[in-house]
Amino acid sequence: MNDVTRAEVCAVACAEMFRGDGEIVAAAVSGMVPALGARLARLTFEPGLLTTDGHAYLTAEPIPLGAAAGEVEGWLPFRDHLWLVLNGRRHVVLGASQIDRYGNSNISCIGPWERPKAQLLGVRGAPGNTVCNTTSYWIPRHSPRVFVEEVDFVSGVGNDRGAYDLRVVVTDLAVLDFATPDGRMRLRSTHPGVTVDDVVTATGFELAVPAEVPRTRPPTGEELRLIRETLDPGGLRDREVPA
Amino acid sequence: MSKVVSAEDVVGSLRSGMTVGIGGWGSRRKPMALVRALCRSSLTDLTVVSYGGPDVGLLCAHGKVRKVVAPFVTLDSVPLEPHFRAARQRGDVAFTEYDEGMFMFGLYAAAHRLPFLPTPAGLGSDVLRVNPDLRTVRSPYGDGEELVAVPALTMDVALVHVNRADARGNAQYLGPDPYLDDLYAKAADLTYVSCERLVDTADLVKEGPVQSLLISRAHVAGVVETPNGAHFTDCAPDHGRDEEFQRMYVQAAGDPDRWEAFRRRFLSGDESAYQDAVRAWREAR
Repeated sequence: MNDVTRAEVCAVACAEMFRGDGEIVAAAVSGMVPALGARLARLTFEPGLLTTDGHAYLTAEPIPLGAAAGEVEGWLPFRDHLWLVLNGRRHVVLGASQIDRYGNSNISCIGPWERPKAQLLGVRGAPGNTVCNTTSYWIPRHSPRVFVEEVDFVSGVGNDRGAYDLRVVVTDLAVLDFATPDGRMRLRSTHPGVTVDDVVTATGFELAVPAEVPRTRPPTGEELRLIRETLDPGGLRDREVPA
Repeated sequence: MSKVVSAEDVVGSLRSGMTVGIGGWGSRRKPMALVRALCRSSLTDLTVVSYGGPDVGLLCAHGKVRKVVAPFVTLDSVPLEPHFRAARQRGDVAFTEYDEGMFMFGLYAAAHRLPFLPTPAGLGSDVLRVNPDLRTVRSPYGDGEELVAVPALTMDVALVHVNRADARGNAQYLGPDPYLDDLYAKAADLTYVSCERLVDTADLVKEGPVQSLLISRAHVAGVVETPNGAHFTDCAPDHGRDEEFQRMYVQAAGDPDRWEAFRRRFLSGDESAYQDAVRAWREAR
C-alpha cells in the first residue's frame, strides 16, 4: 500500500469535504475525484451521506465509479435536484474555469460576456448552488489561469457577494479554505511533495498563508484499499490527476 | 380522434420569429427529428428556450436562431457544444443566460399562468448584470427577504420527445428522468410530441406505470412517430446516446470542410434519409 498517488491524496481530501455533513446529498457533480471522495466518505467516517449514480438514482450503497446504480434507495431526477438546492440538504462540489480570492467562480465564458473569446458551459446551477448550499470546489489543475484576480463572469458567488457557505477548494496541489476574517481564500494544507511556494506560484492572487502550513492528510491503509479495490478498480481517478 | 402528423406538418404550422421550447436536457431525450425538420425548413429568427444540447447547436449551425434562452448548452459527455460556442463567439446569437433553477421556475410560472416565481438563485451573480430586465421582489412576510422574480418562460410552441405516445397525444417516458418536459407542454401555446413508438391507448400502462404518463393530450396538438428520433442523444431505455456519432459530430463541427461533408452525408435529406445514412455509417464501421 505504498506509492500513494496524488489522485488518491486528492480523493481523500475530497472525502474530508463531507466530514460532519450527516444525512444530506453529496452532489459531487464536477468530476471523478470528488465523486470518489463522496463515496469514500460514506464508506468510512460519514455513513449517513446520500450518494448518487451520477444520474437520477440515490444508490443503496456507494458504487464504483462508472458502475450502474445497482440497488437504489431513492430517486432524484433533475427537477428534484433543483428543488433540493433550495431545500438545502445538499453539499455540492462545483468546478470552475476561473475562481478569485473570495471564491467567485466562472464557468460561463472567457472574455466579455457580450461576445466572449471562449464560450464555456453557461452558468448551469452555480448561482443558486452557491447562495443556497454548502459549496466546495474541485480544481484538478491548480494554475494562475484558474486562480485569477478577477473572474470574467460571476457564475458562482463568493463570500463578498453573499455565498451561503464556501467550505473548501481541493486542487491537485493543495487544500484551500476561507477561514480568514474577511472570507478570503487561505492555504490550509499542501499535498505531499508540494511546497507552499509551489502553491503561491500557481495562484494568480495573493493567498492568505499561515505561518505553519500542514501537510494534507495521507490516505489510511483502509482508505487506499477501498479506493483501489472497491470504488475505483479501473483507475478513473488517474485520468483527472495523472500520476 | 387522431392527432398523428408528420414532422413536416409540425414545421409547416410554425412561423419565423416564434419562441420555441425544446424538451430534454443536454444531450438527453431531445426531439432531434423535429429539430432536423426545423433545420430543413425556411424558418428563421427563432428564440430557442432549452436546457441546451445539440438541439441548440444544430439550429445555430443552420442559422435558425436569433436568441437562445438557456442555463447551459452541453453535450454531457462532451462538455461544450461546438456550434453554440462558435455562434456566441462570432456574436451571431443573443443569449439570455439563467441559472438552471431559475430556468425551471420560469417554466413552472409559464405552465401555471403565473407572471413570475421568486427564488434566491441568481442573487449576487452576473446573471442579474447581463439580464437587466430581471427584477427582484421583497417577501411581504418575515424579514422581507429579497428574491429574484423569474419571469414566466412563455413560448409559442414546445417540442418534446418521449418513448411512447398514443394517437390522442398522451405521452409517456420510460427512462430514469422526466426532465421538465411536462412543464414545456403546459407552458406553450402549442405542443408537439414526437415518440419512439406509437401505441394503443390501452397499451400505455402495459409499457410503464401510470406515473410514467407524463403529458396529457389536453396539452398536445400533434404527435409524430419518429423511431430513433432522439438520435444521437440519449433516449433510455429505447436507445442510449450514440457517443461515437456525437464525437464525429463534434469533430466535424470544428472545421468548415468537415462540417460541410458531415452535413451533406447526414443532413441533406429528410428524416428517413438521415436514419438510412446513420445505419450505413454504423454498418461501415
